[in-house]
Amino acid sequence: MTAQAEPAERPKATAEGRARRVPRPRSGIWVVAGKEMADHLLSLRFLILLALIALATLGAVYAAAGGLRSVAPEATGTPALFLRLFTVSVEEGQIPPFFVVVGLLAPLLGIALGFDAVSGERSAGTLPRLLSQPIHRDAVINGKFVAGLAVIAVILASVTLLVAGFGILRLGIAPTLEEVLRIAAWLAVAILYAGVWLAFSLLCSVLVRRAATAAFLAIAAWLVLTLFAARLTGIVADALAPVPANPTFEEVLANAELEQALSRLSPSTLFSEATLVLLTPQARSAGFIFEFQLVGALPDPLPLGQSLLIIWPQVVGLLALAVACFGAAYVAFMRQEIRA
Amino acid sequence: MTAASPTFADRPAVQAPVIRALGLTKRYGDKIAVDRLDLEVRRGEVFGLLGPNGAGKTTTILMLLGLSEPSEGRAQVVGFDPTRDPLAVKRVVGYLPDNVGFYGDLTGRENLRFTCRLNGLPDAEADSRIAAVLEQVGLVGAADDAVETYSRGMRQRLGLADVLVKDPDVVILDEPTIAIDPEGVAELLALIRRLATERGMAVLLSSHLLHQVQQICDRVAIFVEGRVVALGSPAQLAERLATGSSLVEVGADGDPEHVRTVLEVLPGVRRVERDASDARLWLVSGVGDVRRSVAEAAGRGELMVWHLRRRGDELDEVYRRYFAEAEGRAAERARERDDGAG
Repeated sequence: MTAQAEPAERPKATAEGRARRVPRPRSGIWVVAGKEMADHLLSLRFLILLALIALATLGAVYAAAGGLRSVAPEATGTPALFLRLFTVSVEEGQIPPFFVVVGLLAPLLGIALGFDAVSGERSAGTLPRLLSQPIHRDAVINGKFVAGLAVIAVILASVTLLVAGFGILRLGIAPTLEEVLRIAAWLAVAILYAGVWLAFSLLCSVLVRRAATAAFLAIAAWLVLTLFAARLTGIVADALAPVPANPTFEEVLANAELEQALSRLSPSTLFSEATLVLLTPQARSAGFIFEFQLVGALPDPLPLGQSLLIIWPQVVGLLALAVACFGAAYVAFMRQEIRA
Repeated sequence: MTAASPTFADRPAVQAPVIRALGLTKRYGDKIAVDRLDLEVRRGEVFGLLGPNGAGKTTTILMLLGLSEPSEGRAQVVGFDPTRDPLAVKRVVGYLPDNVGFYGDLTGRENLRFTCRLNGLPDAEADSRIAAVLEQVGLVGAADDAVETYSRGMRQRLGLADVLVKDPDVVILDEPTIAIDPEGVAELLALIRRLATERGMAVLLSSHLLHQVQQICDRVAIFVEGRVVALGSPAQLAERLATGSSLVEVGADGDPEHVRTVLEVLPGVRRVERDASDARLWLVSGVGDVRRSVAEAAGRGELMVWHLRRRGDELDEVYRRYFAEAEGRAAERARERDDGAG
């Protein structure tokens, strides 16, 4: 070591020098988030997810556009035709529409970006070093959540724009302002939905030491809530509110309402109901509508504000789930011992 | 760096100890990890916290950093309470954790830059500091390689760079020499010693390998089962244990009975016996330094001595004995508990 090795402008230990070393308040979270985002965007994981979602959604929209073109003569005059690009299922449901693809893959996005967020730092031995820097402890977990959500927003927004652009080319019609706003609102809900899963997988990564176990736990929850939930709620509803051989209207209704209430515990139900109402302006309700309720109603599409009012409970439900999962992850992380 | 370096002299003199622990205690359920620890570390001092694995060294360090809350007692680092004001402590303390980890896909330089950003350093200043510390730890050549290609020793040196880039007043190193080759250990320790002396930093290092760190420590605390069983300079500890008597290994050629007779009558010698672990050696115990008597006998031609070594004056031996004593007491306590229970 020589005199030259000494940094040229090492801060003098004067009051001035000391003051310069004090970090700007609340900067920790943005430093962590910035690094996490850079990590995500450069990772193979990000490319795979983007490719997977882009392929699946483009396939769906290509089919939907083809379907719409073939029925173009009848479709003329259909309100909000452009939105049907996102919702139409062709060939008897062989190819799922765009919103179903996103509903299925958004959880995967959240899980993939969060399952090793904390346990990865722990197993790499970087957590004690990170936490011994002058940042608040919650800056780590907040930064990771913010970065994950930002990456989710980037992926979902770019895929949606890609699909919309593709649709304009194929269909030759441009969306109206109302339709653009509806798509933007739907995009926000989709990001929130993926955020629920991001928060849940973050919770898994705090509680479970092994990243593989955490990923498995999160994927198991996703499978149960997304794929099997419909069967399970049916079974539970039949057990609690049985429908006899010659049911009355009230008995059938009680069974159906219970089943719907149960299924609304799952974020995937909340998301698909919100999607349905946002992307189908004609939809009057996310629940049941009886014929007598429609008497005298004009079959006109609802304005966006009215649709938003209908799905407001669903949006709040998703928000509550995200807050609950993230809150649990936050508290667990703050209380956890640094050492294994 | 020379003695004329302005950095040490410019720092405000801190009269009080830089690290201070008062009755620091940590309990996990029924288990006591750290038991009423008192210690003080001053500026420019290298303090060794020495003890076997599981003695509570890392727990102590985490409490000093505010990363773990003490069950009782309190700590003070550079005048701040780590529990109440962890950020103030972390701003001036550099910590090299046991088994330090880095982001493997980032380069060494990028890892250091991240640390600088977390410390709120402007990028321009960070870059010049990074260049300087990389040179200090000898990693300039590998600075732009991904850390996953680094050897264990290089990671450790990068860890030291990571600590120094903050320009800390206090450096805490947890097992800094573990898993590095002997040459690397010597280099690393020399670097640590130099930093403490020249920059006037306080260094607290923990280790279970005494012979490695004893030469650079001004004071050591021997830490067994969460308690300090001995505290002082390495020489003081050795003296306290020796209590005026000495134990010497002697290897001598010739008829064993003759050798024994000669050794037994030397001045100061109390007892002569065969070494149980090496039959060619004699263990000679006596008052004062018996080596002198043996050497004089060899000089007179009474013995053909080929080996002469005092046991018990090296810190390893000190440590082994303290450790054995503490273990013996622990075993005794355990027996008492069992008897009480039975």
